[in-house]
Amino acid sequence: MEPSFIKELQNIVGKEHTLTDRESLAVYGYDATPELESKPGIVLLPGNAEEMARIMTLCYGNGVPLTPRGSGTNLSGGSIAASGGVVMQTSRLNRILEIDQENLTATVEPGVITSTLHRAVEAIGLFYPPDPGSMNISTMGGNVAENAGGLRGLKYGVTADYVMGLSTILPQGDLLVSGGKAVKDVAGYNLTQLLISSEGTLGIFSQITVKLVPKPRTKKTMLVHFPVLEQAALTVSAIIAARIIPATLEFLDKVTIKCVEDYAHVGLPLDVDAVLLIEVDGHPTVVEEEAAGVREICERHGCSFFQTAATPQEALKLATARRVALSSLARLKPTTILEDATVPRSCIAPMLKFIQDTAKRYDLTIGTFGHAGDGNLHPTCLTDERDHDEIRRAHLAFSDIFDKAIELGGTITGEHGVGIAKKPYLPRLVGEAGLRVMRGIKGAFDPKGVLNPGKIF
Amino acid sequence: MEYVDLLNCMRCGMCLPHCPTYKETFLETASPRGRVALVRKIQDGDLEVNERTLEYLTLCLDCQACATACPCGVNAGELVAEFKCEEKGKGGLSFMEDLILRKLVPHPERLENAMVPLRLYQRSGLQTLVRSLGILKMFPPALGRMEGLLPRLPAKPLRKSLLEVTPAVGEEKGTVGFFLGCVMSLIFSEASHATVQLLSGLGYKVVTPKAQKCCGAPNMLGSDLKGLRDLATYNVDLFGGYDLEFIVTDCGGCGAELKKYGHHLPGNSRAEGFSAKVRDISEILALHADDLKKKLKPLHRIVTWHDACHIAHCQGIRQQPRTLMDLIPGLDFREMNDADACCGSAGTYNVARPEMSDRILERKVSSILATGAEYLVTANPGCLLQLKKALSETSPKVKVVHLTELLSESIKG
Repeated sequence: MEPSFIKELQNIVGKEHTLTDRESLAVYGYDATPELESKPGIVLLPGNAEEMARIMTLCYGNGVPLTPRGSGTNLSGGSIAASGGVVMQTSRLNRILEIDQENLTATVEPGVITSTLHRAVEAIGLFYPPDPGSMNISTMGGNVAENAGGLRGLKYGVTADYVMGLSTILPQGDLLVSGGKAVKDVAGYNLTQLLISSEGTLGIFSQITVKLVPKPRTKKTMLVHFPVLEQAALTVSAIIAARIIPATLEFLDKVTIKCVEDYAHVGLPLDVDAVLLIEVDGHPTVVEEEAAGVREICERHGCSFFQTAATPQEALKLATARRVALSSLARLKPTTILEDATVPRSCIAPMLKFIQDTAKRYDLTIGTFGHAGDGNLHPTCLTDERDHDEIRRAHLAFSDIFDKAIELGGTITGEHGVGIAKKPYLPRLVGEAGLRVMRGIKGAFDPKGVLNPGKIF
Repeated sequence: MEYVDLLNCMRCGMCLPHCPTYKETFLETASPRGRVALVRKIQDGDLEVNERTLEYLTLCLDCQACATACPCGVNAGELVAEFKCEEKGKGGLSFMEDLILRKLVPHPERLENAMVPLRLYQRSGLQTLVRSLGILKMFPPALGRMEGLLPRLPAKPLRKSLLEVTPAVGEEKGTVGFFLGCVMSLIFSEASHATVQLLSGLGYKVVTPKAQKCCGAPNMLGSDLKGLRDLATYNVDLFGGYDLEFIVTDCGGCGAELKKYGHHLPGNSRAEGFSAKVRDISEILALHADDLKKKLKPLHRIVTWHDACHIAHCQGIRQQPRTLMDLIPGLDFREMNDADACCGSAGTYNVARPEMSDRILERKVSSILATGAEYLVTANPGCLLQLKKALSETSPKVKVVHLTELLSESIKG
């Protein structure tokens, strides 16, 4: 990178917020995606939207790649500078600008941490439902760019269901304002929805307006054991078929159960095949009724154990197994590859069976847990990056798993994004026509291909 | 430090929101994930140990909040500290480090004598004079900070006045050893005196071996692994000579270090046995909550609790101190936000890294003040020093006390 170009960038954000030393660049080469790394040429931490726009104008003019980054928790390589260049970290833009109680909206800067927004709105009896696993550190900008999901997706939907308006800085540095606080808005193409899950390839958000809902008055947490996997899967479908939509409907398979028990000793029996964690929320009367319905369905499907939490402390205890699922798996081996193949929820049973068979076929340890209610599973392969043969087999296994998800009418990624990691699989899902349209959209926004290059396709 | 411990970091970023220096800077180099990556890249030969890598690594407070947050069980704070130790081991100690870590710290007598001029300095009125004349401005800033941190010293270190054996009051339940921390003995002797009284009041015979030496935590901080191992071996042998049910300490930092003697002296089964017996005072008192409750009289105070890193993160003790305060009738306990966030003291960090330490401290102080507490309670001398200083400047009405002082105040009524 030219020293004069670096100097110009530094003049925009100030020396303190410009990183060019070897050590800093080395640790900005990764995000949370295993095996991927690529060093940027410079890292900038702008303090406001104007600085962001000036950086983008300068990069576009000089044809220098620019990769946006929040807290770097992406799981598909989305925040990795695949072609070097500039990394722009949005963390300093971290103000909640407004909570509008008349319109039930919140407007935030892109660097606001998701759980910070949760706390702020819950303090006044409101609720922002999307709760990705990384919500204690993930930024709202990243959540929107990746359309983050979470545990509450089944009943409350995902980030896209809450974004109402965006201020987006386009690659050339000009500002695009789309949507707003109006509930109904059909003026032209829905650019807001197009920008959601664009993975930082079309523009970078400087302001985000999200919808809020009233905070549920109460909730009930239940833990259920099933001796046979099939029964758990059928229970999931039966609950939803009975018109009960739990806020949370989470699943752990046998491998995960064993790891959880070895690590956390929460009292899970090792002879069960699956565990479901179910949470219903809302008006107290409805919650009572739905909890009774869930119990009846679980018992009818042959559960071997059913417990309802009597107190919030007990609810926390019941949720422990699900909460520590990833950590228990991750502790077993040095490298953890966490995927998010997603199928229609009626296909959970065949998908789970296929994952287990695939693990056996490639001689791998894969534990599966996840959001059974919305079909979003997290098959997690436990491996060691130094064992090249095992890593090769893991990639083959996941390729098969993605094919199966597509065959069942699902998708290769439910909430992590395509980024770099899922690029090879996208054509199988969207086909030539899909790719052509996506490339056309990218060209319309960013003809030079400067913004987050090397991602999606 | 094992290479596989570095590999275990899956870079998920769960540590970031808990790291005091990341919260202040948003910089990857100032995060646990970034530090593990730096150390790994050094091991891989991609980066070398130089002034800048050490600058980044020494910004770590070793508060180990990252270890509590890590889903994979990686302890980034400890990894970085051990790495710095290993690097240091290659070069040897500087003259001053050798003087302090090898010739002063391991010798309680010398340490106590070194405090005499300070005590004189305070009592002769010289301190008042120095402070009012601003003489300290003529000295390096670090010296000024150290001077300002020092509260009024007790007339005599506790090690000198405490009996080697304090008999149990009433029926004897058992015998415990008391590990007297250097700073507790030299500066917070009243708190440690209260600790011993509480133990004997609950029926324990308390043995305080006079020949005990520093736990070695300062050596770990100063990257002097050999000095630490020598002290550990000495204390293990000394306490091994008594028949003790537990080895109790009221210093969070000592407790955390003593519990790791087994780790520091691999293959030494006596060290493992020693570590297994070590308890923080709150762990022992919580065992006897029913007996203690009968002794406590009403104390109408608003209090809040600061989880010292060495107690909450390093030893995993959170519930016991809260349970104990809950026993005091009339006490209005208010939980502060982020009670387990570091106060910025971190051994000598507040002197070595004053700017960052002050930013971290400022956050802590505002959390404390937001509760409206009259008493800030904690159980680690570093935090006591740091918070006493900060609160005496901003809100002199808030009293800073050790947990055992609070309990003993309630017993006196």
